[in-house]
Amino acid sequence: MTGWLATLLIFLPVAGALVVWLVPMPRGAAGSFALLVALIEVGFWINALTRFDFNREGATPNFDQQHTWFSDLNVSYHVGFYAFSFWLAGLTVVVAAVSIAYAFWAGRERPRAYFGLMLFLTGATVGVFASQDMLLFYAFFEAMLIPLYVLIGVWGGPGRMGATIKFVIYTMAGSLLMLASVIAYGLSENTFDLVDAAPSSSNWIFLGFAVAFAVKAPLFPLHGWLPDAYRESPPEVAAMLSGVVSKAAIFGFFRICLAKFPEPFDDYRTLILVLASAGLVYGSFLAFRAPDLRGVIAYSSLAQMGLITIGVFAENMAGLSGAILQAVNHGLISASLFLLAGAIERRAATGELDRLGGLARGRPALATVLMVTGVIALAVPGSSAFAGEFLILAGIFPLGWGWAVVGAIAIVLAAMYVLRLISAVLHDRGATAADESVLDLRPAELAIVVPLLALLLALSAWPAAISDHMVENSGDLPALVELSP
Amino acid sequence: MIDTPSVDWFALSPELAMLAAAGVALLSAVLVPRLWIRPIAASACALGFAGGFVAAALLFRETGAPSLEVADAISRDRLAALAQMIVAGSGLLAVGISYSSRRRVEHVGEYYALLAACGGGMAFLVSAGNLMTLFLGLEWFSVCLYVLCAMDLDSVPSLEAGLKYLIVGSFGSGVLLFGSALVYGATGELGFAAIADATRSAGLEDDPLLLVGLAMLLAGLAFKASAAPFHQWTPDVYEGAPTPVTAFMSAATKTVALVLTLRILTVAFPDLDELWTIALAVLACISLAVGNLAALVQRRVKRLLAYSSISHAGFMLIAIAAANELGGRALLYYLIPYCAASLGAFAVVAARERELNAPVTLDNLAGLGWERPLLGVAMWSFMLSFAGFPLTGGFVGKFYVFAAAYDRGWTWLVIFGVVATFVSLYYYLAVIRAMYMRPAAELTLAPAGGSPPREVLLSTAVLVAMVVNVGAFFAVQPLIDLARDAAGSLPL
Repeated sequence: MTGWLATLLIFLPVAGALVVWLVPMPRGAAGSFALLVALIEVGFWINALTRFDFNREGATPNFDQQHTWFSDLNVSYHVGFYAFSFWLAGLTVVVAAVSIAYAFWAGRERPRAYFGLMLFLTGATVGVFASQDMLLFYAFFEAMLIPLYVLIGVWGGPGRMGATIKFVIYTMAGSLLMLASVIAYGLSENTFDLVDAAPSSSNWIFLGFAVAFAVKAPLFPLHGWLPDAYRESPPEVAAMLSGVVSKAAIFGFFRICLAKFPEPFDDYRTLILVLASAGLVYGSFLAFRAPDLRGVIAYSSLAQMGLITIGVFAENMAGLSGAILQAVNHGLISASLFLLAGAIERRAATGELDRLGGLARGRPALATVLMVTGVIALAVPGSSAFAGEFLILAGIFPLGWGWAVVGAIAIVLAAMYVLRLISAVLHDRGATAADESVLDLRPAELAIVVPLLALLLALSAWPAAISDHMVENSGDLPALVELSP
Repeated sequence: MIDTPSVDWFALSPELAMLAAAGVALLSAVLVPRLWIRPIAASACALGFAGGFVAAALLFRETGAPSLEVADAISRDRLAALAQMIVAGSGLLAVGISYSSRRRVEHVGEYYALLAACGGGMAFLVSAGNLMTLFLGLEWFSVCLYVLCAMDLDSVPSLEAGLKYLIVGSFGSGVLLFGSALVYGATGELGFAAIADATRSAGLEDDPLLLVGLAMLLAGLAFKASAAPFHQWTPDVYEGAPTPVTAFMSAATKTVALVLTLRILTVAFPDLDELWTIALAVLACISLAVGNLAALVQRRVKRLLAYSSISHAGFMLIAIAAANELGGRALLYYLIPYCAASLGAFAVVAARERELNAPVTLDNLAGLGWERPLLGVAMWSFMLSFAGFPLTGGFVGKFYVFAAAYDRGWTWLVIFGVVATFVSLYYYLAVIRAMYMRPAAELTLAPAGGSPPREVLLSTAVLVAMVVNVGAFFAVQPLIDLARDAAGSLPL
């Protein structure tokens, strides 16, 4: 059973998707079935958590499973979880369950196609985090794109065509470079297995991977697709996209760039840190100036992904564990924020901050939930985001205090844009779009968002749950961390 | 008294099965009552292809080391057998796509007879062992295709396509024949292997006659494979020909032309590989550039797919240009999902065409995905396969092709292919966009005249193509084993 857990976590949602697509079922049934599958998936993840051996020795991951896919080039179906990827998978299943629940509650046209695609996206994303073979990783990485393309293109807002084209073009430009890198690296190592492949020192191969991940994250200046994709998607798809799919880039930086290309990683560290810092500051400013809800969240995602990347490229224990902790934090926060934005847009029929306001009065649930999420997002001391950002800054400090100053400035900027968002939605009374008749959050909506908040509060109480359980079983990472200055 | 050579009938059985089917179909056109012609001719044709497939599969199993049969004119090896299986499979699907075409009431028997004969010619061509059988096979199937393209007598585009194909195709054949003559003149040999020996023993590597001959042979084959810059006929012929014929042509012709290119270059000209690998790499780059860029601006789906087939000729030429064992495997693997996707995509176009009674464009494709889920999902998988996305065989095919080029040390060719793939995404996704993502108002373009016809055979063909296309992604190992065995019969 334990050996099959990784495979099960990948293919349970995919099987669910096939059932939703192929078995005729009434409108309501598709959504409830998908939700059921997503909840079972969460259950399996918790089950896997109890069986996860955080002190495992050696380079093989937990729940390791390997079958030959095609032998002449040594490509195999090889899956398994390291501690850091297991947390990202946990983030995926939770955000997916919440997103599906939200979509079910909000109601979507053509539910069978929709919920099938959501489940498929979940399976593909878990697959990315589980894969231990480069070609398999690439396959899952691309497979995520297929459902996203349709989810945005069919169920998105009025500007969805442009958004999907931009999204696909950016992402594929990166991915195809990665394919060339995968081939070059795999053939020169004579294996595509990530556990077996020896580290390489080729700058070109490294860059192929790094650019793909930089687009996916996204890192400044490759973020051109981000605002449109996040604005035009249905809110729960935006939640998946910014909360979960972007973390595939973090996994890639960890599992491939850091573990397999130590020398190029060092050579390009300054460049990537500069880009990440620029993205951090620039994204924060844009978030502060963005005219609408989704714009604020989208650009804050850009900023946060920059911060996480800084943590990864600090290349020491504090930075890396901070990066994973912050990745989980950001996933939960941005999923909550996008779902709340969806709830607000449904009520006010607009996301423009100028036309919103005064929603706190008479709507205590909405005010409380948004306030709590916002406070965690701006990383007040004591919150899990604070712990994550602190670790990242502590990690980057040894490389030069200037980086830490940039990080600290960004935290101030985060406070500015989050507070602006909160006051524009909840307090500012100059608005017209949201009148007295607008309802508070419904119990169903609370049931969807509150679990995310509960997780965030739990992590605030015990951030070490992630940050102290992440490097012990991380394949060849610890050795690297010790090597680095 | 002329010595008659001993004939290995087993080696010829795939061709013979299809030829027999052609005979039966032709006779049914004359002997059978009108109403019965269509089912009898179509089943004869289908049986012929099925028989050809089984015979080729048996031949594949029973053939060990490659050998030359029938006075050294026919090569009996696994390469030919695998290509014959692909041709016969494509033919079988083409019959399914053709069957319920309402357009065709006249000449049904002749249509199926020509289709089967065409398959026989292709099966003969891939097993060619010398320049004579090469030309014979080439003309055999080409003549059938010329007529098939012009089969819709009342349709001007169809006639135009037939005429264009006839003129340009004959020119291509002429070039190839001229090239063959020059090669024969230089080496004094017709057999592929004998040409290689003669080149080596006489030190003809720099002989201008041989080099010009090789160049003309290559050009002639590139005509058939519709590789740029010899592709000009392709868009017009693909667009004008009856869609089931286009489907068959795009899959099977490309298969035989490319397999034969691989065979003749590696068997007859191994010593000139410095030259032809570069030549093919250049052809591949031109095909990729021309095919992908021209496809970007197409609105008619058949034209779009025609340009896409040109770009795929480019991808497959990369595999041949790599001239290594991995390249041979890559080509033979690539052909399987490619043929499935190509047949399937044209089948979907055919279905829409019959529904609308008009040429299919990106605009009137709107809503197809929602109205007919099977066709929509299948078209998805075909487009993703063409674009080299995971979950389809096209992904693994491209992966192998690039791996072969990288293995040869041609990183620049890999980069070129990657960029071409990137460009191609735009128009493949445009098809999907057209099917699924149009605004609701456009989705009500549903054709007049009630619900679409139930076309069981066509839907089955599409389903089979989709299963092959997606299955090729999961079952890579068995297909690669087939491809490796087949490529193993060449001196790579």
